[in-house]
Amino acid sequence: MNLDMMAMQAFTGLSIFTILTLMALGLAIVFGLMGVINMAHGELMAMGAYTTYFTSLFFAKFLPGLFGIYFLVGIVLAFFVTFAFGWILERGLIRFLYKRPLDTMLATWGLSLILQQLYRQFINAKEVEVTTVSWLKGAWQVTEGVSLPLSRLFIIGLAVVTAIAVYMFLYRTRWGLRIRAVTQNRPMAGAAGINTERVDAFTFALGCGLAGIAGSSFTMLASTGPTTGQAYIVDTFIVVVFGGVESLLGTIASAFMIGQMQSWFEYSMSGSMARASILLLVIVVLYFRPNGLFATKVRRA
Amino acid sequence: MTTPATSTPATNIRSNLWGVGSYLLLALLLLVVFPLAMDVFRLGLAAKYMSLAFCAVGIVLVWGYGGILSLGQGVFFGLGSYFMAMFLKLEAAANADSSSGTALSAFFGTAGLPDFMAWNSVEVLPWWWEPFHHVSFTILAILIGPPLVAFILGYVNFRKRVGGVYFSIVTLALSAIMAIVIIGQQGYTGGVNGITDFKTFLGMDLDNERAKFVMYFITAGLLLLCVAAGAFILRSRLGRVLVAIRDREDRVRFSGYDPAMFKAFIFAVAAMFSAIGGAMFTIQVGLASPSLVGIVPSVEMVIYAAVGGRLSLIGAVYGALLVGWAKTFFSENFVEYWFYFIGVLFVVVVMFLPTGLAGLLDKVRTRMRRAEG
Repeated sequence: MNLDMMAMQAFTGLSIFTILTLMALGLAIVFGLMGVINMAHGELMAMGAYTTYFTSLFFAKFLPGLFGIYFLVGIVLAFFVTFAFGWILERGLIRFLYKRPLDTMLATWGLSLILQQLYRQFINAKEVEVTTVSWLKGAWQVTEGVSLPLSRLFIIGLAVVTAIAVYMFLYRTRWGLRIRAVTQNRPMAGAAGINTERVDAFTFALGCGLAGIAGSSFTMLASTGPTTGQAYIVDTFIVVVFGGVESLLGTIASAFMIGQMQSWFEYSMSGSMARASILLLVIVVLYFRPNGLFATKVRRA
Repeated sequence: MTTPATSTPATNIRSNLWGVGSYLLLALLLLVVFPLAMDVFRLGLAAKYMSLAFCAVGIVLVWGYGGILSLGQGVFFGLGSYFMAMFLKLEAAANADSSSGTALSAFFGTAGLPDFMAWNSVEVLPWWWEPFHHVSFTILAILIGPPLVAFILGYVNFRKRVGGVYFSIVTLALSAIMAIVIIGQQGYTGGVNGITDFKTFLGMDLDNERAKFVMYFITAGLLLLCVAAGAFILRSRLGRVLVAIRDREDRVRFSGYDPAMFKAFIFAVAAMFSAIGGAMFTIQVGLASPSLVGIVPSVEMVIYAAVGGRLSLIGAVYGALLVGWAKTFFSENFVEYWFYFIGVLFVVVVMFLPTGLAGLLDKVRTRMRRAEG
């Protein structure tokens, strides 16, 4: 294959990478910082996607003149809707299960089934699609053979901005400091006057909000159905585990690698076999590096 | 979660009696009450849920007592199911009046080849299908293959101390891989339709009412055997070490045991149970399908054990039967509510009934005993 095709292939890998990154960042925060496995993370992504879809419908009907900006509004709304849902979920369910991580998996799995059925029954059993805004419709013609769709470029940019924002938030703000303090030493953080319960709720909600943003950008790539989230959840877990749960940079790097592998493997074999080989490969790698590829060596209490 | 610390001889005998009594009650129910009270169709459904109960019994061993949440029991169920299906399919293909149609397949030169292979233009039987011509090989493969896979997988992971949610995710990925591969390799596995249309087992017509009864009793017998074997393991020293590992793995390690070996062993036992269940499922339902292998069925199997009680082998059987019947009830009446039901079940059981129905019963018994004296 020639250079142009290689560039296109790499770019396709980048687009998968963006969705995986956004999903995995949220999951990594919840899993890595709190040790909670949220099996309904995929359904939260779908929630974000549906929020974007409804925003587009709303703009088309009531504000057709401003349709050009609906996507930006949709992203923000998707974040806040899933953030709020995450907060309620943490207060109503997750907080009772912090000592039982395996049970959390089962409870959130149950929740994911309920959400799927709600989508199926009250939104649409079939997949829904959004109209791409006009300014994201074209493609950027880099050279003769290489053209990059603008919508994909946009979500790559969005992922980069989100990743930087999450990093800045965790390491440069007061709330981020509180989150890290509670993660490292809960009793001391509590003794220092931090309301640990609120930090828990906030952290969990933040992770969910990131899934919402992932869902929002997902609408640019494909149509959304009730089981869209479920299709992504295993890959996302694999990304997080592969990267090492405690490092956000590791998560991004591993999303990048898995996205690229998916795209390259698909070139040489069918899509499903590509997925199977990647999953298998990750299991093998985990055997050699149980804490993930990019985990720093730490002594744990 | 823990076994009672104070066990005087009197309470020991009493709990032994209780255990034996509830085992006999289960045997009575499966071997006498069900066959007498149900028509062939309902009995077939019971047999189907019983096949899934094998997995639930295994999950009690692995999860309740080993502390390992496997979300990949569907893989082992699937292996057993597909091994059996391969044997049955080859028998059907060799049979004169099979759906392949001798004249037609002789014309295409595909005699003896399973029909779906011919449809997918696979012309020669793959070499790994060959040994499944023999029933003895098939049975050995079902009994040895899945436990071996489970043991190796478990041992390497547990030795590296991949445990807890990490192991759950690894097993989850395995279920995904298995389903993806089966669906992807349609020519060799029957793809998304699975393998079906079997006709006979060792010359016995599977549609025959009598054959159905025979298979039902074999399944019930095997299930009771598995429950007994599980109970035996848990009562042995091995079972004690297992519980100790679940509650304090590092202390057991410091005492000179190799926890990985114990965990891998129990994981292999559960895999064997699941594989037997899978094989019995295929014989009775007449189908091996990827829809019973992937993530969704694998996680669903856990809820059987959770409903019955994650610490009760007998409870797991009841759990599988109850959830199975609920599924049939919903699919016959209002399909759309099944997902709400099972979803809420997951949440409610985990939140309010972590030890399931068996735990609830235990609580009632303790209260009654206190009231007595």
